[in-house]
Amino acid sequence: MSLLTRRSVLTGLGFSTIIGTTAGLVLSPSFRDLILGSGEKLAYQTHRLIGRNALAPEFTESQMSPDFRTNGNTMPASADYQRHMETDFANWQLQVDGLVATPKTFSLSALKALPARTQITRHDCVEGWSAIGKWTGVPLSALLAQVSLLPTARYLVLHCADDFSGNAYYESIDLVDAFHPQTILAHTMNDTPLSVGHGAPLRLRVERQLGYKQAKYIMRIEATASLAKIGLGKGGFWEDQIGYDWYAGI
Amino acid sequence: MSLTNPATMATTAAAPKGGDLVDRHRLSTRLWHWTNVVTFVIMLMSGLMIFNAHPRLYWGAYGANPDYAWLQIGATQANTGFVRVGSVTADTTGILGRWTDGDGQVRNRAFPSWATLPASYNLALARRWHLTFAWVFAVGLAAYLIRSLANRHLTRDLLPTAEEIRPAHIWADIKHHAKLQFPTGVAALRYNVLQKFAYLSVLIALIPGMILTGSTMSPGLNAAMPWLLDLFGGRQSARSLHFIFAIGLVGFIVIHLAMVLLAGPFNEVRSMITGRYRLPKEKI
Ligand code: HEM
Repeated sequence: MSLLTRRSVLTGLGFSTIIGTTAGLVLSPSFRDLILGSGEKLAYQTHRLIGRNALAPEFTESQMSPDFRTNGNTMPASADYQRHMETDFANWQLQVDGLVATPKTFSLSALKALPARTQITRHDCVEGWSAIGKWTGVPLSALLAQVSLLPTARYLVLHCADDFSGNAYYESIDLVDAFHPQTILAHTMNDTPLSVGHGAPLRLRVERQLGYKQAKYIMRIEATASLAKIGLGKGGFWEDQIGYDWYAGI
Repeated sequence: MSLTNPATMATTAAAPKGGDLVDRHRLSTRLWHWTNVVTFVIMLMSGLMIFNAHPRLYWGAYGANPDYAWLQIGATQANTGFVRVGSVTADTTGILGRWTDGDGQVRNRAFPSWATLPASYNLALARRWHLTFAWVFAVGLAAYLIRSLANRHLTRDLLPTAEEIRPAHIWADIKHHAKLQFPTGVAALRYNVLQKFAYLSVLIALIPGMILTGSTMSPGLNAAMPWLLDLFGGRQSARSLHFIFAIGLVGFIVIHLAMVLLAGPFNEVRSMITGRYRLPKEKI
């Protein structure tokens, strides 16, 4: 009888794959990074495949968290921001630029005058907790319609007023999320103007992703073709600093 | 197990008896089993690290620090570690909540470094391990279940027979286990009914439960598959159930390993690697 039966080949292949992969994970840092990087890509592609335009669940007022905790920075340190805060953001302006046909700036009152969307959604922190709150703001798609994205634009980068030891907070999203109907720039939370702790005067709500994507204290939105030249190139403050995945849909 | 397969029966001619080396586990069972052992260890240890980021569990759709946690692991002002379930608190200093790491550093953190992947606090890396190997866990189980339906492993070897689910039979089996009497000869060819219950609950309840409650915690999947939230009663309930199912699996594994040790680890583990198993000799 030949030693190379179909069965023995399958057995050999199967067990060497298990042993080889396990040994590779333990012994080779580069192999480990390669494997561990694949989860984010698989999740991103799968979510886009099965629910590209699906809506995040919305809740009723009776389902809201009685107390919505804050997280991350709760008081931007910059002198610029402090001045805006003292004048109730009267001179604050949102700048929208980058790969757009007509860069524009918007005052807070101009943003508040635009048609708004209100949604009661769940905020999920990467650490595990969730809180349900009511957000009112301008659909990002409506703002983008005013500046006209260029065809080369692939991401929107949100530049924020806060920083951690001098490293500015920023985040980025793809265009599927940018044009998603629930993606809004919220200026109102639970029917009152957004508090400083929660990101006054303007924060992002991108409801199908985790909390660190919900950039607070937004100053500028930049359309770009790539994330490589922004910050350290990973698409966000936490992505750069401690390696959270850029796609945070899970 | 493939002994019920008539082709194998024909080559062994007469019914096998104690002392014979027989085919026990199919290749698909053996490959899934060891892939799953590696994957489960990764999932459990990275999961415990992720839990350390927020060691509180809630019921319902939301739950955060201001809300009531039904389970909490932490450290007190008086420098003791504790686990609280409802209103019952246990002092777990040294193991959970407050413990000393390998470098002699005292840490206030839920699960100790020897139980987590990575050993030191690193939520980003633990999530990478967990969310990458979740694919192996889920796809591996799905492939194994489909294969086991097709080759009748599920129905012939794992599903208890009508005779086996009679209370008298189950009771007799419990007594045999309690006295640590294991079947011998032809009786040892098949799983006993308690084994079948245990394996089936792992394959069609606990692991699928882990995968589904895990998916329910994903805000992206909540949009694509909102029925998952209805099934488990909200994201924080799913997170609690995820933890409870994991404890269930750990409980299974403790008993599973004890049984393998008691039944003869060399013969048992060999059968799960090479497929070949020596039937224990009849006791008469
Ligand atoms: C090093 C650890 C482990 C060892 C040595 C081990 C050993 C074994 C052995 C020897 C059997 C066959 C029992 C028999 O023939 O009567 C078996 C079956 C099984 N084990 Fe494990 N096991 C381990 C870990 C696990 C883990 C972590 C899981 C699940 C999370 C698991 C789930 C199962 C299942 C479901 C079966 C039945 C497979 C089938 O027939 O479909 N085992 N194990």
